[in-house]
Amino acid sequence: MFKAFLIKYGEIGIKGKNRHLFEDALIHQIKYALKPVEGEFLITKEQGRIYIEALGEYDYQEALESLQHVFGIVGICPVALVEEEGFDQLAEDVIAYLDNHYADKNKTFKVNTRRARKSYPLSSMEVNAALGERILKAIPEMKVDVHQPEIMVNVEIRRKINIYSEIIPGPGGMPVGTNGKGMLLLSGGIDSPVAGYMIAKRGVKIDAVYFHAPPYTSERAKQKVVDLAKIVAKYSGPIYLKVVNFTDIQMYIYEKCPHEELTIIMRRYMMRIAEHFARETNSLGLITGESIGQVASQTMQSLAATDEVCELPVYRPLIGFDKQEIIGVSEKIGTYETSILPYEDCCTIFVAKHPVTKPSLKVIRRSETHLKEKIDEMVKTAIETAETIIVEADMAE
Amino acid sequence: MEAYFDNAATTRCLDSAKAVMVRALSEDYGNPSSLHRKGMEGENYIKEARKNICKTLKIHDTELIFTSGGTESNNLAILGAAMANRRAGMHLITTKIEHPAVTAPMRYLEEQGFSVTWLDVDAQGRISLEQLREAVNQETILVSIMYVNNEIGAVEPIEEAAKIIKEQNPRTLFHVDAIQAYGKYIIHPGRMGIDLLSVSGHKIHGPKGSGFLYVKEKTKLKPILYGGGQQKNMRSGTENVPGIAGMGQAAKEAYEDFHQKQEHLYQLKDAFVAGISKETWAQINGRTDRDSAPHIISLTIDGVRSEVLLHALEEKQIYVSAGSACASNKPAPSSTLQAIQVKRGALESTIRISFCPQNTLEEVNYCLDALKELVPMLQKFTRH
Repeated sequence: MFKAFLIKYGEIGIKGKNRHLFEDALIHQIKYALKPVEGEFLITKEQGRIYIEALGEYDYQEALESLQHVFGIVGICPVALVEEEGFDQLAEDVIAYLDNHYADKNKTFKVNTRRARKSYPLSSMEVNAALGERILKAIPEMKVDVHQPEIMVNVEIRRKINIYSEIIPGPGGMPVGTNGKGMLLLSGGIDSPVAGYMIAKRGVKIDAVYFHAPPYTSERAKQKVVDLAKIVAKYSGPIYLKVVNFTDIQMYIYEKCPHEELTIIMRRYMMRIAEHFARETNSLGLITGESIGQVASQTMQSLAATDEVCELPVYRPLIGFDKQEIIGVSEKIGTYETSILPYEDCCTIFVAKHPVTKPSLKVIRRSETHLKEKIDEMVKTAIETAETIIVEADMAE
Repeated sequence: MEAYFDNAATTRCLDSAKAVMVRALSEDYGNPSSLHRKGMEGENYIKEARKNICKTLKIHDTELIFTSGGTESNNLAILGAAMANRRAGMHLITTKIEHPAVTAPMRYLEEQGFSVTWLDVDAQGRISLEQLREAVNQETILVSIMYVNNEIGAVEPIEEAAKIIKEQNPRTLFHVDAIQAYGKYIIHPGRMGIDLLSVSGHKIHGPKGSGFLYVKEKTKLKPILYGGGQQKNMRSGTENVPGIAGMGQAAKEAYEDFHQKQEHLYQLKDAFVAGISKETWAQINGRTDRDSAPHIISLTIDGVRSEVLLHALEEKQIYVSAGSACASNKPAPSSTLQAIQVKRGALESTIRISFCPQNTLEEVNYCLDALKELVPMLQKFTRH
């Protein structure tokens, strides 16, 4: 019965002169999200709102789910469209709408009319009053409450008449693409996909890099990362995923450096490589899923030691999250089930029994000098041989 | 060179099996239950497969139920026998090294009020006939023992077990999971005292999704699937004609030149064992002589995690399994290896090599060379 959606957006409404840029980005994202949905849609922007009209048959549920993945959308109102055939017909249509929509009629309501087409013979106030009267007569259980109605019956008189009363929450945030681009260090774990999601929610486009360590990590571990990227891409749009073969570097560090510093030094090289790709593709920062103190390599000292190797800022949206909170978000966005599949990622393969938790920069730097013979060449090879996978969301799921 | 040594997980489908399946899919695609000619054509494939399989087992063509594979055969045997005979007793016996397709239905029956005796095995993975004799009582309705263990290739004393079971209680049914044994051994269940025998098609170069259960005449069994009443009500559902036809072809060929093929497998195994036995880092679990299965070797490698070694071998196009392939979707340590008391650290360092008659000595040597090259390197990078 719904033939259109009215899209409400919050934050971008207040962005002053840039507002149209944000709106255009939002429309772009909406078009992308609706592309795989069965049906054809006309998307228009008018008077501070975005309006999606279905042209012909379409899959309502699919369209709604897709819209719920678009950052920047605060609310989605499914709209019933009726032809303008005089007030009596309008009253009948509104009553039929309420009748179909609310099984429990014992509710308070208010009619809120907007007249976009000023040629309509009645004023908004007149329509409100007359419709309210008809509704009360037709559905006696309903009561009027003009201050805090349970049902706000919105009637908008346009080319056709729009009736809506429900606002389905969207994901909030800002349209992807309005705040630059970031390079996400994506592992197969629970945290990094959530970090990517959270940064994308602030309007940032996401690229990603994954460090693969065959034979210590399997093809399935890599597939798992691609699958996670696919889920994040439902929100963020397509993700360019760099897959870096990290085995030689890892082994070399293992051979030359103290084992308790392994993870820190390894992460420093990951950051260096990630930064290289970030610069190459105009990303403005790195994104990781770290939170303070979660593991040895995520103490404040360790984080400082990993940050030291790169000039770009490192964004850590989960920095103050507990594991349980992170799991909560990952369940909400649908990455959790994939994250917990039991394939090893390269961070967990060579963990020392007692890794340093308070690394001294001086010591770490000194250990890294043991690598100088081959490491530059190895990093270069790793960068040159990296594979790029363009990950698009699987909308069918 | 490529060496596929994971034949206990699954095998390559024979071209001849594939050919008959393609015919059954695109030319003679009728439903065997349909009354018209097309239906009869479909039925003929089943008849042919039935005839071929019965010949290999020397059984009557009424004693065979086609299933979707090993898991269904085991479930039908165990759940079906337990439900049909529960009034005669509520006691079941099996071993600690069975495949999950046996242990899981057994555990389900425990939940339903049956009691299950879990037989121990020795360090070679063989049950004790004495313990079996003591376990069988007047309440025992079913004993289920695997013919060949899928992880270490131990061969259980099936004929002796059958004799003991029937001596202790002639009404006790004897089920044998022969999924790793069919095609590798000559099995005549009727003469060996076996009442129920499970086989899977894809372990013998047939298609996945095919299998059968031998059910000795007059054995009381309840179906586990209900529906259109196909296969004399024992297994409802339109027969998987292509699968059955492919499996029939594979079964027939598995027993052509049988002794030669068996000998060839043993030669591969001998060569592998001889090539690895000098290495201090390698230890073979279970027996390696002619009393063990010809196609399965379980190898513990000191200080290298099996998953890592598996992927390192994979890079050289050598495909093996970490423990048992069926176990690789859950990282819990293998119960078979625990039952033969492999040390805890070694549980995670065990790979399984499994051959098929198409494997060659060159492939074995290639794999040995690869192991000798990779293991010392991987041992340097072990977890602390």
